[in-house]
Amino acid sequence: MTTDVEKFGTRNWGMIADLDKCTGCQACVLACQAENNIPINTEDRVERARSISWIRVERYWEGDFPDTKARFIPIMCQHCENAPCEPVCPVYASYHNSEGLNVQVYNRCVGTRYCANACPYIVRFFNYWDPVWPESLRNHLNPDVTIRSRGIMEKCSFCIQRINRTSRKAKSEGRELEDGEIQTACSAACGTHGIVFGDLNDPESRVSKLRNHKRAFTLLEQFGTDPNVIYLAKIDPNKKGSEEGHH
Amino acid sequence: MQQKRNLSQEYTNRVLLNGTLQTPKWWAPTVAGLGFVVLIGVIIIATMINRGLGLTGLSRPVYWGLFITTFVFWVGISHAGIMISAILRLTQAEWRRPVTRAAELLTVCSLFTALVFPLIHAGRPWRIAYWILPYDISRGIYPNIRSPLIMDPVAISTYLTGSTLFLYIALLPDLGVLRDRTTGWKNAFYTLLALGWKGNPRQWQMQTIGGILLSALMLPIFVSVHSIVSWDFAVASAVEGWHSTIFAPYFVIGAVHSGVSAVVTMMALMRWLWKWDDFIRPEHFDALARLLIVVATGWLACTFLELIFALYGQDAPEIALREMQIFQWPWNLLFIIFMVTGYIIPVPVWCVKKFRNNIAIMFWTSILVNVGMWLERFLIIVPGLARRTPFVFTWEAYRPSPVEWAIMIWSFAWVSLLMLLFSRFFPLVPLFEQKESQVFTDDIQIGRAKVPAIVREVE
Repeated sequence: MTTDVEKFGTRNWGMIADLDKCTGCQACVLACQAENNIPINTEDRVERARSISWIRVERYWEGDFPDTKARFIPIMCQHCENAPCEPVCPVYASYHNSEGLNVQVYNRCVGTRYCANACPYIVRFFNYWDPVWPESLRNHLNPDVTIRSRGIMEKCSFCIQRINRTSRKAKSEGRELEDGEIQTACSAACGTHGIVFGDLNDPESRVSKLRNHKRAFTLLEQFGTDPNVIYLAKIDPNKKGSEEGHH
Repeated sequence: MQQKRNLSQEYTNRVLLNGTLQTPKWWAPTVAGLGFVVLIGVIIIATMINRGLGLTGLSRPVYWGLFITTFVFWVGISHAGIMISAILRLTQAEWRRPVTRAAELLTVCSLFTALVFPLIHAGRPWRIAYWILPYDISRGIYPNIRSPLIMDPVAISTYLTGSTLFLYIALLPDLGVLRDRTTGWKNAFYTLLALGWKGNPRQWQMQTIGGILLSALMLPIFVSVHSIVSWDFAVASAVEGWHSTIFAPYFVIGAVHSGVSAVVTMMALMRWLWKWDDFIRPEHFDALARLLIVVATGWLACTFLELIFALYGQDAPEIALREMQIFQWPWNLLFIIFMVTGYIIPVPVWCVKKFRNNIAIMFWTSILVNVGMWLERFLIIVPGLARRTPFVFTWEAYRPSPVEWAIMIWSFAWVSLLMLLFSRFFPLVPLFEQKESQVFTDDIQIGRAKVPAIVREVE
């Protein structure tokens, strides 16, 4: 009999995004764009609402005037345990792999865009056109990441190429992966170390510890998607009885 | 009650074959015109497949638009056939007879057209042809049967197969008639299709049993096809306005509403174009209109139920969506047109007996219904996607591109063209049904009394 661990693997990749540390600088957005060969969002693509950004920083307002505060929240694929995008795909292009990742298989995708309709976080993107880069950027593309042709869906992969590369390296050196050894492009780029990536199945990892933090919450809990991206709430120092002060 | 006509079999043959054995004057120019539109449409579809879906007006998050609306519309129209030919056949409604074939033909043509839309609307249609249609056993991965997009083609192709068989079985006796009245290649063509129909009692028995069995077998499909189409939307639990539990019956009854209206449109056209006044009579329009009043009112109840369920849940995003759908520009204008054309004008008109028997009025009200029913699908699909979602700040209203409009117009021209081509080779009103109903209503003189020639057992 196979145990769950043998059957499903031992990893469950997850991410913690600390909103208290987010300054809205968009470094993660840029890093992601460069790492994952995301086409340039030209003016006309943005105007037609067809821009692609696997991670985006949304700005929202909190409080009533005049005590209004601009808040930022980075939003990427939440890698839901119970992902609404998976059952609707007719060709299993969107499925859950053994390491807790919600994977998009580009070769299978036929472009029904059903997954994108089902996703409550709207983090899935359709390639309306073939991606084009200016000549000067052609040699800057990441050789580890597939370039997505027109007609298919794409989304944040938790930098699966980095996960694989680092795991292979550890295996070839005959050792276990260390916590924090794998960095996604966004977590590496975050100036305030607000994004932490790691294995939620490892009770000693930073993500596992932060997951139980009292500020922890997940987005749109009402849909029961059980995301692997966990947010830590913003601390408001002016608010009486707020849990803790500034770090 | 049937308006009594005494039509001889010879007269029936001559008039009902007037589009098949001769060519009406208007036929060739109309077919040429429609063919031209279809040709342009095919060129546009080919261009879109070649260049990509960037040519549409779709965006993020409005990933589905006019194509899916038109797909649902045509699947809805296809419910005409099964309603008229199966349900009315099983309930022995006499007035269905002249309409059955046209309704069944409309079903086949509209389903055939509906199937095109999910294909061309995909990002990589050639991949669908490559690994959904032949099941992809070589890679060891079956299609995902949890996805309504797999249930859809299964349901629709079952329906299409059933309807085609139904159409063909009902055509057999008439093919025999045509075979006996043609020469040359036409004779060879009809001989092949007639499958040796001689009209002997055994053949009639088998033809009748086949028809009744198919009607009964297709009844579940009647419920399932549009239910499954509604699940395309209802399973997307995150989209307000889509995940309503009323969707399956709501879609089915809406489909009957638009399908039966389309049959009315078609009957009026048949009466005008082929001058079949003796066969398609005001009483048929009257009966269909009375059926439509019931269907439309049931459908209206479902429409209100959908809104009531939405409000009853007291879910803020759901209420916001309904507010947008009904009160915000430009959806409010569409909503008003949808309500007025879908119910408010047609149903009171149909309630007046004089209007029910007026073919022109029936023609225009039935067209209105389908304008409304198209808008209904549009109002379900697009506002749900264009709504204000909490974590994305692109709330663009969707504006269909000329390419999408052109392909929608193509679908109407294509269905009309298919039906006109059919009418040139096969009679649109079943000859044998017509003669059978004549026999059923014939009286014979016994002494001083007139009694029906044939008494049928009706429990």
